[in-house]
Amino acid sequence: MNVLQSNFFELITIIFYCILIFVPLLVGVVLALYADRKIWAAVQKRRGPNVVGPFGLFQVPADGLKFIFKEIILPDSADKTVFLIAPIITLALSIAAWAVIPVQAGVVLANINVGILYIFAISSLGVYGILMAGWASNSKYPFFGALRSAAQMVSYEVSIGFVIVTVLMCVGSLNLSEIVLAQKNIWFFIPLFPMFIVFFISALAETNRPPFDLPEAESELVAGYQTEYSGMPFVLFLFGEYINILLMCAMTTILFLGGWLPPIDVYPLNAIPGFVWFILKVTLVFYMFAMVKAFVPRYRYDQLMRLGWKVFLPLSLLAVVLTSSILFFFKLAPGMS
Amino acid sequence: MSMSLITFYLFSAILLLSSLMVISTKNPVHSVLFLILAFLNAAGIFVILHAEFLAMILIIVYVGAVAVLFLFVVMMLDFKTSLEKDNILQYMPIGLLIGLVFIAELVIVLINTRLDLSNIQILSNPLDNFSDQSNTEAIGSILYTNYVLYFQLSGVILLVAMVGSIVLTLRDREGVKRQIVSEQVDRKGKIELVDVKSGEGIDI
Repeated sequence: MNVLQSNFFELITIIFYCILIFVPLLVGVVLALYADRKIWAAVQKRRGPNVVGPFGLFQVPADGLKFIFKEIILPDSADKTVFLIAPIITLALSIAAWAVIPVQAGVVLANINVGILYIFAISSLGVYGILMAGWASNSKYPFFGALRSAAQMVSYEVSIGFVIVTVLMCVGSLNLSEIVLAQKNIWFFIPLFPMFIVFFISALAETNRPPFDLPEAESELVAGYQTEYSGMPFVLFLFGEYINILLMCAMTTILFLGGWLPPIDVYPLNAIPGFVWFILKVTLVFYMFAMVKAFVPRYRYDQLMRLGWKVFLPLSLLAVVLTSSILFFFKLAPGMS
Repeated sequence: MSMSLITFYLFSAILLLSSLMVISTKNPVHSVLFLILAFLNAAGIFVILHAEFLAMILIIVYVGAVAVLFLFVVMMLDFKTSLEKDNILQYMPIGLLIGLVFIAELVIVLINTRLDLSNIQILSNPLDNFSDQSNTEAIGSILYTNYVLYFQLSGVILLVAMVGSIVLTLRDREGVKRQIVSEQVDRKGKIELVDVKSGEGIDI
């Protein structure tokens, strides 16, 4: 009991921090869903949600409430345990990754040394939620959707891994805060611009966003792995998906856009607190995500695989070799000068 | 009893239970899912040992890649037939044999290793200045210097396995039309930009 008492205070603070992460994240997801629909509508010259609340802002909470009060339908031939665990896993994993994201200098729940590997590991686990959902539904379309999704996520993880390696070679640390601090002089998207593009497109594929939303391509697979889901489990999937998208935006921000750092380190800009810059940059990346959804048509499956394995993988491998050679010969690598 | 001890018992209890479930559930997909749970708990034990790099690599490689392929294959099997016959005892002799081999190997290793204090120091602390390095740096600085040959050798073995599996499965079928993207992109001679006047149209 003594142990529990001595750790009780620590536990309370951690739970408090978790709430501090979770609540803004939920608000962020609601706003992201709204912004996604609004941007999409604006590109197509529609109004988008504009009825519920001011500017239609309460559309997403209203939809959420509707889903919560709907019946959860369990398919008769489904594997019910796995069927219900799958959305929980998806949501839990997508939230868990946020534990290591630094939003400001020193403001991070877990400042672990292998932060970037942790995020990579957690996001590679995300595929299980989808695979389990597709298999447990015991239905053809969800199963095909799950298989597609798994193949797609595994393929693009490879190139994301190599892009991360190029960034890490410029930093010399796996700690996310140190990755941000290494960009004090120049944000990495300038020297590593091709890798920024590769990372952005791979992030689209990794989160099953259009134009790579083949797992839920409605013209072929109804709704992919989500076909049999209704009510609360469906909302869990939706939230997990959008938290993952926000996570990828945050990753792009941290790896390439200088995290919480202001664009130029001069007075009026660096007086603004870091988390504001962080949120602004995440919003900017999300805006790009939403724009891509609005104006790029869906890829064909073989084109998707070709892009992942035949274009991005060699390109990112080449970038690893090039970056390491340049860093080595010009003595730019961290700890070499 | 410290907190890390409690977490250790928690992780190892789940690890043992889930490994037991791997071999005792009848549904192969459930087996693989329990195997993944076992991997995750092993990674948890690595974290308690302050080997966080190994823990993350374990999750990324085994859970994120290998087990996904495993699950892929198992999900596509039609295992309704294998559900019916539940005579586990059929494979008992082979299981016992493998278990015996493992125990024998462990015993041989334990007998041949002199467990005096200096030896333990070397085994658990291969680097002199381990304490002022992070986990990742320590592994990198020993893996790419002292053991670079073994490292490359394991890479070559993986490459051979990969090439082998590609050779075994690749077959050229005739009459298959393939999309050649570079040709499609580079077809300037075949397309023409025409300025069409409004209301008049154009002859092709």
